[in-house]
Amino acid sequence: MTDLVAIRLTVNGQTRDGRAEPRKLLVDFLREDLELTGTHVGCEHGVCGACTVLVNGEAARSCLMLAVQANGAEILTVEGLMKDGTLHPLQQAFHEHHALQCGFCTPGMLLAALDFLGTNPEPTETEIRQGLSAVLCRCTGYQGIVTAVAAAAPTLRGPH
Amino acid sequence: MKPARFDYHAPTTVEEAIALLARYGGEAKLLAGGQSLMPLMNFRLARPAALIDLNVIPGLAYIHEDDGQLQFGAMTRQRTIEFSSLVRRRLPLLAEATALVGHLPIRTRGTIGGSIAHADPSAEYPAMLTALDGSVVARGPRGERMLTPAELFQSYLSTSLGPDEILVEVRLPAMPAGAGFAFEEFSRRHGDFAIVGIAAMVVAAEGQRCTSARLATAGAGPVPTRLRAAEEILEREGLSEPVIEAAARRAAELVEPDSDIHASAAYRKNLTRVLTARALRRAVARMGGR
Repeated sequence: MTDLVAIRLTVNGQTRDGRAEPRKLLVDFLREDLELTGTHVGCEHGVCGACTVLVNGEAARSCLMLAVQANGAEILTVEGLMKDGTLHPLQQAFHEHHALQCGFCTPGMLLAALDFLGTNPEPTETEIRQGLSAVLCRCTGYQGIVTAVAAAAPTLRGPH
Repeated sequence: MKPARFDYHAPTTVEEAIALLARYGGEAKLLAGGQSLMPLMNFRLARPAALIDLNVIPGLAYIHEDDGQLQFGAMTRQRTIEFSSLVRRRLPLLAEATALVGHLPIRTRGTIGGSIAHADPSAEYPAMLTALDGSVVARGPRGERMLTPAELFQSYLSTSLGPDEILVEVRLPAMPAGAGFAFEEFSRRHGDFAIVGIAAMVVAAEGQRCTSARLATAGAGPVPTRLRAAEEILEREGLSEPVIEAAARRAAELVEPDSDIHASAAYRKNLTRVLTARALRRAVARMGGR
């Protein structure tokens, strides 16, 4: 058996400890070891984007990182978006604009959109479509998602 | 699927990483951004005995300008390059090409050194290295050596880096002020691998006389290709529309693409012509400023 490696990281503001084989993917560590099943596993090869989380504030595919590589990192998952029982402005916009049906891509979509709006606070529709091409949705045809991200942009760039 | 078992090492110096490479005798893989290697391992198309993770070695991520040349530490993230004001000012073609590398969450992790060492012929950075006459620095047990793109790229996913060598730095000459430039690529969806991509840079003296032209391909053969004979047409005859079209036709004759599931060889040849013309038109329109 391969030795387990100790991992300490911050997830959604909380320090979490675990042990994992070096080959364990970050997404599996989040789901199986930390029981944060909001992050979804889709293609496992970096194409679908369902597993997108923020690593030190930047969106990354958690299926293309080893859990050991996240040692010491700060991770934000979909579970960390809601604050004090209130939906994050992006979540609220997704809710209002019917930006999901089955919801499988939604966690990845939200975190990719959050990072995208951080780098491009006033995007055009084309830029939103390009930015969100990092995550695949099989239900909505994207229209509701694009509308929701456009609607959330002014709220997110408002006074912090 | 999940990766097969491997030994995991996270050395803190390049020398330690080189010693580990030597110890595994070609059975270990270097892990940079992981955006190509991890999918291969998840599919078990790659089953290295060991992974040598370069992510915790300090001092491998930097962008310096030195004597008209930009030097990139191999572990510099594509995202850092995309948003670097130095790159936008001195290598705007690289900034434009970087925005086409995968998607933002890929560029968060992906590195310039990893992309070039992986040598995917459809990737943007190998084409950039070729177009801009850059070089890479490889370090091994016997010290450092410098390689030109022609020396580095051997074939699909193959380089002349030794099994105990690490690509540690990428060097790109800064673009001349006022150079026109464009990176054009065609893919099925934004962010997908390019079926064909063309990097173009033109420098002109007074009027339309072209003093220097650079054209390089992605996706039009097993290695990125400089289209020297097409560049010569521009340097000889100028940058008018008929000359651009002649150079584009010549470009299509210079490439020897293969057919695969994404596109036939004939389609890739045609794309080479079309994208060369588009890139040149956009580059010429941009000359002399932004």
